[in-house]
Amino acid sequence: MLVKFFIKPRKGVLDPQGRAVAENLRSLGFTEVRDVKVGKYIEVYVEETDREKAIERAKEMAKKALVNEIIEDYEFEVVED
Amino acid sequence: MRFGVAVYPGSNCDYDTYRVLRDVLNQEVQLIDYRTEKLDGFDCVVLPGGFSFGDYLRPGTLAAHTPLTGAVKEFAEKGGLVIGICNGFQILTEAHLLPGALMPNVHGKFVCKHQYLRVENSDTPFTNQCEEGQILKIPIAHHDGNYFVDEETLRKMEDNGQIILRYCDEFGNITDDSNPNGSIKNIAGITNESKNVFGLMPHPERAAESILGTEDGLYILRSILESYSI
Repeated sequence: MLVKFFIKPRKGVLDPQGRAVAENLRSLGFTEVRDVKVGKYIEVYVEETDREKAIERAKEMAKKALVNEIIEDYEFEVVED
Repeated sequence: MRFGVAVYPGSNCDYDTYRVLRDVLNQEVQLIDYRTEKLDGFDCVVLPGGFSFGDYLRPGTLAAHTPLTGAVKEFAEKGGLVIGICNGFQILTEAHLLPGALMPNVHGKFVCKHQYLRVENSDTPFTNQCEEGQILKIPIAHHDGNYFVDEETLRKMEDNGQIILRYCDEFGNITDDSNPNGSIKNIAGITNESKNVFGLMPHPERAAESILGTEDGLYILRSILESYSI
């Protein structure tokens, strides 16, 4: 299975990269841009057929290594690869 | 006193630190490989600056999960003195030996310069040779030094005297202009609750010989020796 992690700066934590990208987009004429968050996308391929188990393990992976919850929020999804 | 200096793949201030401890302070010092599982006979362990594991994922994360850092955790839990400089500070936060996190600098640039720091607490094993409010001039060199911690933890740290160094101007004023990276409350260095683990972004080992323009780093390094001799 494939676990897709979407990680972004936590709400309330300043994201200078996102702010700079937002300004850049506006300068290119995309005046509708209200805000930008720049994060990370991580793919983890696992030898696991049980979806529930994969979800549990993915949460542990996030907590132990992939995400620093002091400064980052995340979501993930488990799909067949 | 017997020091150990951690060596992770990508550490690059390890030998500077080793040399200062050995040749300037005349201490016994040994480099320790990151695969080491047990720490025996050390009085203080230094996690040096650099870019351990290429800063992959987040600075300090991969180093925080090595056997050596596991051993450092045990060492710290028994009261051993641990100092993390720059990338070492990042490793200590990622290993949860220190609260908070170090984010990319607010301006997105690598910052490398001499920086004034104000000593906020001189009653620690790392600052006992300083006066409270003393201004130190020590170089900084980092891309991810923007310290962040939630408000409740910050209040507890302040009440417990865990904020050790703040970025300031040459007169000791804590201002936005003197904050080089966007750190919350100008924080440059903190300890854990029991004050045996110290993390700081400035490099005391680069400020230990007059030929380098400042010897103020010796106030910190000599404090460690003093705390050991008591």
